[in-house]
Amino acid sequence: MRPAFSIIFLTTLTGAGQGLFLLLYATEMLHAAVTPGFYIGGSLLVLGLSALGLLASFFHLGHPSRSWRAMTMWRTSWLSREVIVLMGFLGMVLLYLLAHWSGLGLTAVLGGMASVLALGLFVCTGMVYVAIKVMKEWVSPLTVANFFLMGCASGATLASAYALVGAPDLVPHFIEVALIATLLALLGRSAALIRNARLKPTTTLQSAIGIRHPRIVQKAQGAMGGSFNTREFFHGKSDAFIRAIKPAFITLAFVVPLALLAAGLSRPWLLPLVFVLQYLGLLAERWFFFAEANHPQNLYYQIIS
Amino acid sequence: MTMRPLHDPMAKPPSQEPCVVRTTTCYMCACRCGIRVHVRDGEVRYIEGNPEHPLNKGVICAKGSSGIMKQYSPARLTRPLLRKPGSERGANEYTEISWDEAYALLEARLRKLRATDPKQFALFTGRDQMQALTGLFARQFGTPNYAAHGGFCSVNMAAGMIYTIGGSFWEFGGPDLERARLFFMIGTAEDHHSNPLKSAIAKFKRNGGRFIAINPVRTGYAAIADEWVPIKPGTDGALMLALIREIIALGLYDRDFLTRYTNSGQLVNQDPTSNDFGMMMRNPEGDVINPLRPHNFYWWDRHTAAPVATHTEGTDPALFGEFFMGSTPVKPAFQLLKERVYACTPEWAEGITGIPADTIRRLAHEMGVTARDQKIELPIAWTDCWGQQHESVTGSPVAFHAMRGLAAHSNGFHAIRALAILMSLLGTIDRPGGFRHKSPYPRAIPPNARPPKGPQAVKPNTPLDGAPLGWPESPDDLFVDEAGQPVRIDKGFSWEYPLSAHGLMHNVITNAWRGAPYPIDTLLLFMANMAWNSSMNTRNIRNMLVDKREDGEYKIPFIVVCDAFQSETTAFADLILPDTTYLERHDCMSMLDRPISEYEGPTDAVRIPVLPPKGECRPFQEVLIELASRLQFPAFTTAEGQRKFKDYPDFIVNYETAPGSGIGFLTGWRGKHGEKSMRGEPNPMQWEMYAKNNCFHHETLPPSYQYMRNWNRGYMQWAQQAGLRRDNDPIVIHIYSEFLQSFRLAAQGKRPGKQPPDNLRHRVDTYFDPLPFWHESLEQHQSDNVRYPLNAITQRPMAMYHSWDSQNAWLRQIHAHNYLYVNSATAQAAGVEDGGWLWVESQWGKVRCLCRYSEAVEPGTVWTWNAIGKSSGAWGLAADANESQKGFLLNHLISEELAANGEGQRFSNSDPVTGQAAWYDVKVRIYPAQPDEAKHSWPQFDTMKAIPGMGRLPAWLSFFAGKGGQ
Amino acid sequence: MTQLALVIDLNVCVGCHACVTNCKQWNTSGSAGPLLDANPYEADPTGTFFNRVQTFEVGTYPNTQTVHFPKSCLHCEDPPCVPVCPTGASYKRKEDGIVLVDYDKCIGCKYCAWACPYGVREFDEQRKVMTKCTLCVDRIYDEALPESERKPACVLACPAGARIFGDVHDPESEASVAISDNGGYALMPECGTQPANHYLPRRKTALKIQNEQLYRSANPLKVEGTAPLPPSSEDFAT
Ligand SMILES: Nc1nc2c(c(=O)[nH]1)N[C@H]1C(S)=C(S)[C@@H](COP(=O)(O)OP(=O)(O)OC[C@H]3O[C@@H](n4cnc5c(=O)[nH]c(N)nc54)[C@H](O)[C@@H]3O)O[C@H]1N2
Ligand SMILES: Nc1nc2c(c(=O)[nH]1)N[C@H]1C(S)=C(S)[C@@H](COP(=O)(O)OP(=O)(O)OC[C@H]3O[C@@H](n4cnc5c(=O)[nH]c(N)nc54)[C@H](O)[C@@H]3O)O[C@H]1N2
Ligand code: SF4
Ligand code: SF4
Ligand code: SF4
Ligand code: SF4
Ligand code: SF4
Ligand SMILES: [Mo]
Repeated sequence: MRPAFSIIFLTTLTGAGQGLFLLLYATEMLHAAVTPGFYIGGSLLVLGLSALGLLASFFHLGHPSRSWRAMTMWRTSWLSREVIVLMGFLGMVLLYLLAHWSGLGLTAVLGGMASVLALGLFVCTGMVYVAIKVMKEWVSPLTVANFFLMGCASGATLASAYALVGAPDLVPHFIEVALIATLLALLGRSAALIRNARLKPTTTLQSAIGIRHPRIVQKAQGAMGGSFNTREFFHGKSDAFIRAIKPAFITLAFVVPLALLAAGLSRPWLLPLVFVLQYLGLLAERWFFFAEANHPQNLYYQIIS
Repeated sequence: MTMRPLHDPMAKPPSQEPCVVRTTTCYMCACRCGIRVHVRDGEVRYIEGNPEHPLNKGVICAKGSSGIMKQYSPARLTRPLLRKPGSERGANEYTEISWDEAYALLEARLRKLRATDPKQFALFTGRDQMQALTGLFARQFGTPNYAAHGGFCSVNMAAGMIYTIGGSFWEFGGPDLERARLFFMIGTAEDHHSNPLKSAIAKFKRNGGRFIAINPVRTGYAAIADEWVPIKPGTDGALMLALIREIIALGLYDRDFLTRYTNSGQLVNQDPTSNDFGMMMRNPEGDVINPLRPHNFYWWDRHTAAPVATHTEGTDPALFGEFFMGSTPVKPAFQLLKERVYACTPEWAEGITGIPADTIRRLAHEMGVTARDQKIELPIAWTDCWGQQHESVTGSPVAFHAMRGLAAHSNGFHAIRALAILMSLLGTIDRPGGFRHKSPYPRAIPPNARPPKGPQAVKPNTPLDGAPLGWPESPDDLFVDEAGQPVRIDKGFSWEYPLSAHGLMHNVITNAWRGAPYPIDTLLLFMANMAWNSSMNTRNIRNMLVDKREDGEYKIPFIVVCDAFQSETTAFADLILPDTTYLERHDCMSMLDRPISEYEGPTDAVRIPVLPPKGECRPFQEVLIELASRLQFPAFTTAEGQRKFKDYPDFIVNYETAPGSGIGFLTGWRGKHGEKSMRGEPNPMQWEMYAKNNCFHHETLPPSYQYMRNWNRGYMQWAQQAGLRRDNDPIVIHIYSEFLQSFRLAAQGKRPGKQPPDNLRHRVDTYFDPLPFWHESLEQHQSDNVRYPLNAITQRPMAMYHSWDSQNAWLRQIHAHNYLYVNSATAQAAGVEDGGWLWVESQWGKVRCLCRYSEAVEPGTVWTWNAIGKSSGAWGLAADANESQKGFLLNHLISEELAANGEGQRFSNSDPVTGQAAWYDVKVRIYPAQPDEAKHSWPQFDTMKAIPGMGRLPAWLSFFAGKGGQ
Repeated sequence: MTQLALVIDLNVCVGCHACVTNCKQWNTSGSAGPLLDANPYEADPTGTFFNRVQTFEVGTYPNTQTVHFPKSCLHCEDPPCVPVCPTGASYKRKEDGIVLVDYDKCIGCKYCAWACPYGVREFDEQRKVMTKCTLCVDRIYDEALPESERKPACVLACPAGARIFGDVHDPESEASVAISDNGGYALMPECGTQPANHYLPRRKTALKIQNEQLYRSANPLKVEGTAPLPPSSEDFAT
């Protein structure tokens, strides 16, 4: 696939926001001694990230003005569900924020609902990709799990950095959570990589054109200047680039953060940097997530002449 | 939430005028399908095949379906343009002028040339469908320097078959796939009969017919063949001879057909000392039937063992043996054929063609047994020219089709003659299931038109007394001067290319530039891209066009180009005449030229404009009528010296080939009220009647006239009366050609009359063999075949017409540039990568291009799609368009002349019999381009500038009829 | 239930692209249009086409098949492109099984194109909506057309008659008969999409000549007294 930056930003930003929110809510549930301001600021951060993600996603749409329609097909479409849950999550976080701000209480209930929505959103986002049956790289529970783990990891890293200002006492705890989440994310993502490396395509050129012969080679795809199908489904990068990006994102999104988070226990000023690095790593990870997926339609679009 | 769609997919576009539907004839290619053009709010909404049209019966091709985009091409020329005074030719700088100025300029120039030396004006046309008019114009002007694309296209096909069976493939006849069971397609990628052929092949396959393709490459038609027989280019002649040998050796030939309808049984003089050696024995007292073409031949009657007049009742000719007539040894022509092919074993052919001998044998068996055992018999009674009545029409279901893969080689004439003979052996000429003629064919062998006979035929202010082109029957018909030297600028009908029935357009520029045989003044090119894909040796040809004499004048002083688009050639014009497109003009596909005839009878067709001309465009037809009137050509002027025809439609209606002949350009609805067909007085309502009848006229012959037309008395009488034939004598197939022998006798000094110059005697002696033989192509013969081991050829892509369609926004998305297809093993051996850049080099030049591996090409052949590569900026394309940056033209590698022979003489790179351009003879080698070389094709030329009147290049095009294109 | 579809006969398709450009011209000025062409006269021209013809080579020289392969939306019976669409713009018509895009609902998210295994949807970069083969729904029901012409543009254009249009649920239809008689098959059956469009495979007509057939008593050579050699296992001609 050709990775679309709008979707990369949407999923990474909201993912971090969801992770951050889950941690905020957990903090509240564990009755940590922090001011409402911490939750308000945190919620603002969550809203900001998600809003940015949402904004980015609009760039993906041909007709953003009609985007409300995307909520209509929740019965069948995970994308529709994702939009609804995302809106619900944003709304609920906003209510949660207002509740903290107004001091009216109900934060536990609202936060709980928002957390459920955050979790649901991870599921929806993951399922958007799992639902594309033909994309073998995506059709795995690991997809949902990894969206969740990477959201939590980046959310927790962000939380630890954020806590530097709002709740310095919590920093070590957040770092611990971030370490665990990042480690799990590393495991989950590695598992997905290993799985995908072993995938055998069930769809072949033979089944694509219905001719049983071991040697079939395309000579013309019917459009020498390219078409939507040659643009949308190919990353357009060299094999060398693809080979390089895999270790790069693993290092940047997981290995370096693990090391620096540990170092962050003693050098907390590192934490904002860790978040930035991890986020960059996750951008690369998400880019690769799309690029790695080899759509069977590509069997039909291999060669011009 | 409503599930009802908001967008009603069945709604009509809002507030549009209803579509107006008009019928006309397509000209996105030379096939000439009937189309229905839907026009909405002044724009074409849809072009569909006309289901009522006999040719395409409703289907349409990729090009025809893209006609709309032709109208919006930015390359459209819209005003007459004169090369800017002081600017250099080729620099592409023009000023707009009015038509009045353009006419005045042309009139003055042409008037002077006509009054002094008409030869100084040369008119050459490309893929033109109005040769009846362009030819008439040249003839009336008095210049012999006229021809169309035929000479560089497929004159070998025309001549090879017409000199053998009186008809040919190409636009003159074809395979009866409706009834055939076995079909051999040889060297054809697309051909002129594009749509009908596709329909016929598909139907043939559905009906369980067996389809065998003989071609170095497997694409298009060959793709759906049941068997692909890869062959080395230029070797089909050897294959045909081996097949003939097998058929004869096994007795799989149709003896009844051969004896009655061919000259197989005719006795040939075998006395080597005689001046008539190799000529048919004739009975001076015998019945000549037609004094212009005497038929007083002999058979050797098997029953009486004595010579008899051919077709004598109750006799049966011997096909084999050697006999004596008096002291003269004689042999039946068929015996000579048998002797000729004796050494042509399948093993011999295998060594030449690369086709396993067993395969050759099997092919012969398949065709021979199918022809013999699956006879078709139609209960149609008919009478032959000798008066014998036949209860039925029989045929053999073995059909062939061949085109430029055979024709475009310097040995093509004989290969094609061999094919025609093979078809005749199987008895498949104008019979069901085999080859069928299309009117005006069959014609006499050879047809009656003769070229002018010598320099005296060209006189100031005087029309030629015949057509500029024709069909020589003997050396005396050659168009040469006292010294045997050519009179035509292209050296057509000279001893170098005696049977060049369609001229040699590919040598015009070189000859004119060199001034040999003489320099000319004005060259008018119509519908031909001679500075690009229609020339060989393109790079040098472009230089010749701008080369100057010592006095500073161009070597070709004045070049006029009439085109509808800015092509590579318009850049070399001094005067550009903007033509209309096919949707904007009247036109006719005349019986006097190459009509769209069907097997069942003559058919002609017209175009009627469906759109107004763009800008200042004028149909070239109108230009010719205007000039002919201004120059007061006799045929265009009344007895009182007045202009005879108002315009082209008026001309078409009222012109008659001779006063009162009743024969004009169109055969339909003649007679005062349109009550006559084929022949009759002019009918003022003729155009309207064509318009009402889907723009065609089809005369269905009675079934008894539809077959065996070479020898069908009823048909012959009808054809003569209809003006299709001058005579009504039978057209006996020339298995053995004494006409060819007459040239050989002249070369041997055994014949009075015109004599070849001494330096050509050997050449004529060699190639004017009365029986087909195979020889290496002339180019190959001269090439270093170790250094240049590969054959390079082109093919027609189905979705592009020559150079025309790169300007077409839809079609160019299908073929934006071209690759060189190389057999994977060959490419790997040369170190060339799939998709990589490589050099292709011939002894004449080299080009850099992209490679594509293929398993569908014979290892000794490389090929590419024809004419996709373009010069930068031409055709209204951006300077960096794929066509010029990744596309390439193979023509740079092909020379229009062969290397000089021992005497320093350079012949055209053409068939020595017909002058057919030998496009597919070139030998090449390939090697990879270096990694540091530029990643674009080579050669490149200066980017052509847009010229006044051309359109802009929109970044986006989203055509919606009635709302425009952007 | 009706399921309209195309049956494409690879046995006779010569790869002429008539169906490609005829589809374009019909649809660009029809209910699905206008269909964009970008860089129409520049480098790498590209545009919206509902139907493409591709070429494949099967096997190795000299046993090579060249296969021309036209492909447009297959109007799947279980079309993955429909349920994933978040707006309902992508839909399958109940009455005839045609899968369409509602251009007025489509937000251009391209998700449907991801779900389709066949690469037949094309995003229109100018109108910013997804487009695809409509099975010429604005032709096939047009009562202003004579019945014989109420067929998709590509079908009427195809010179080889390689495209059959009809109801594949009606076992009597020409399309169904063609499928069952000629071994019609669906693309990527493993995807479970149940394409309505089918393809007919290459069929080969062979001819076997027996040696005995070569030698007949009524051989014309005998007339001349030079009978051919009797059949032997290999070379008759020498
Ligand atoms: N779409 C489209 N249609 C066209 C045209 C066009 O440009 N585009 N041009 C029109 C014109 S002007 C013409 S003349 C006709 C030509 O129609 P075709 O005769 O079909 O022309 P080519 O494409 O030259 O095809 C030549 C074929 O011969 C094969 N070949 C080459 N050398 C040999 C050989 O030595 N032996 C054998 N057996 N095969 C050989 C090539 O591989 C190729 O398949 O097409 C007409 N129709
Ligand atoms: N390498 C190689 N070269 C070949 C061949 C080959 O097989 N291989 N084939 C040869 C053959 S067979 C042929 S016939 C020639 C092609 O012969 P040409 O007839 O020269 O074909 P084009 O090159 O397309 O040039 C035709 C010109 O006509 C113009 N034109 C199109 N429509 C109209 C119109 O309505 N009015 C006017 N006035 N002009 C119009 C086009 O713009 C173009 O400039 O190519 C030959 N060249
Ligand atoms: S085959 Fe030629 S004439 Fe017929 S529709 Fe196609 S382009 Fe037009
Ligand atoms: S082919 Fe693709 S677009 Fe068409 S119905 Fe099937 S899945 Fe949908
Ligand atoms: S692009 Fe349009 S049709 Fe496709 S899924 Fe999105 S909204 Fe639906
Ligand atoms: S059915 Fe209509 S829309 Fe579909 S490919 Fe054919 S012509 Fe195009
Ligand atoms: S129009 Fe017919 S023959 Fe031509 S490519 Fe399309 S399906 Fe094949
Ligand atoms: Mo041609």
